[in-house]
Amino acid sequence: MRTRGIGDRLLFGYVWLVLLWLLAPIVVMIVFGFNDTASKSNVSWQGFTLKWWGRLGDYPDLVNAVSNSITIALLATLITTVLGTLMGLALGRHRFRGQGATNLVMFAAISSPELVMGASLLSLFISVGLETGYVTIVIAHVLFSLSFVAVTVRARVVGLDPSIEEAARDLGATPWVTFWRVTFPMILPGVISGALLAFALSIDDFVITQFTSGATVTFPLWIYGAVRIGIPPQVNVLGTMIFMVGVAIAVVNSVTARRRA
Amino acid sequence: MRRLTPYLLVLPGGLWLLVFLVVPMVFMASVSTQEGDVVNGFVQTFHFATYGEVLAQYQTQFLRSVGYGLAGTVISILIAYPVAYWIAFKGGSRKATYLLLVLLPFFVSFVLRTVSWKFLLADDGIVLGPLKSAGLVGEDFHLLQTTAAVIGGLVYNYLPFMVLPIYVALERVNPTVIEAARDLYAPRAVAFAKIVLPLSLPGVFAGVLMTFVPMTSDYVNAAILGGPENTMIGNIIQTEYLVNNDYPVGAALSFTLMAAMLIGIFAYARALGTENVLEAAAR
Repeated sequence: MRTRGIGDRLLFGYVWLVLLWLLAPIVVMIVFGFNDTASKSNVSWQGFTLKWWGRLGDYPDLVNAVSNSITIALLATLITTVLGTLMGLALGRHRFRGQGATNLVMFAAISSPELVMGASLLSLFISVGLETGYVTIVIAHVLFSLSFVAVTVRARVVGLDPSIEEAARDLGATPWVTFWRVTFPMILPGVISGALLAFALSIDDFVITQFTSGATVTFPLWIYGAVRIGIPPQVNVLGTMIFMVGVAIAVVNSVTARRRA
Repeated sequence: MRRLTPYLLVLPGGLWLLVFLVVPMVFMASVSTQEGDVVNGFVQTFHFATYGEVLAQYQTQFLRSVGYGLAGTVISILIAYPVAYWIAFKGGSRKATYLLLVLLPFFVSFVLRTVSWKFLLADDGIVLGPLKSAGLVGEDFHLLQTTAAVIGGLVYNYLPFMVLPIYVALERVNPTVIEAARDLYAPRAVAFAKIVLPLSLPGVFAGVLMTFVPMTSDYVNAAILGGPENTMIGNIIQTEYLVNNDYPVGAALSFTLMAAMLIGIFAYARALGTENVLEAAAR
């Protein structure tokens, strides 16, 4: 280990201070899922317990909210991944009229404030008389993740060597076979990253969901509604579970990506 | 048939964006000039006066939101730059691990992390409780329901969007260029100011774009961490739409916010050079 200058050491300390600040609320969330609190409001440390991990079903509407969040995220991810992959292929591989406009609308979808997207979607649903609920949440979630998936897949498509597909065609493969046997396996890592991103965006979303939810409740909406009356420890436990699964997937994804590279 | 392929590929996704992004904007503009109420229905009367009324009524909240957005963005740059710099140049083989640590908050729901902060900053909470019982701060000292708490929450929630683009820009700086400057007797500070900083600016520009817009239009932090004195324009829009069901007022405010943001983004892009910003944003 080579010696570091005083400036480097200060910088190192500063980086760790920032990281501790970033991690503090996460640690609090995890730790208070083990708090042996008696009341519904979980604010001061009362001793260690595992009981909340076994009592996740105490609030049926919370269970329902979490299951809504998961099924909405799965459904939105499925639709987004299919539509986004097709768009990414078109944008990365072809030149066509309207390409500039498509890019512009995608840029708008990525950079528009969530609040404005939510408010305008609700304006549309009110105007055409479509009742907001489960379906409109899925519509909204596909909308805000679509461009991210398309951009991720496009990046992968642009990086492909076209001579591999040409070779397949020269060897007599039909376009259909070339796509499924050659192109698709090569863009698959991009498709998977895009799908994971879409799932993460959907399960975490609050603002657009609040505008398009009607009477349907998702996990973030349930928490927001419970802020005033107190957050029960079950929320910490569920948050911890989602956190663990998310980190595990991210680590596996980055390790396999490194191995592939 | 082959010439149709790209259109067929783009069509489903493109239609989705058209119907649920572009068309709703038109409907929002239309709703903003309607009159009526939720019981008797809304009628289009091209009542543009709503815009003047809401701007006069909610001027404070508009200016406050922009102020919070600016403050949050500047603080984010100050916090994020050294972190991104350290990861890019000193992270060595652990770069990916440090980046994952910076991104960890994203694995906890946005609302839940903000609630965690409310809990941390509470009057009898982990931070203030011990300080108060030790007599280090007065009993009437609060962290919640203050401007500092709201801006702190905004910075916390959007910081990774500032760290990542700066990191990407710094990562692309060729270390041999810095070495060359040092070999030519440029002091460290000069090498940084003349080489590293200019090369990293596109990352900072992208970070500003990615943090200022969501911070200014945020309402969750003000709702959970702030008090009545911290109401942002997002809180007003949310209340008008979802509580008061006064859609024209909500739509007029929301349309004004969007227009202000677009003008801001274009002015910003022009001042810096459009390619610079678009290229930075595209990364």
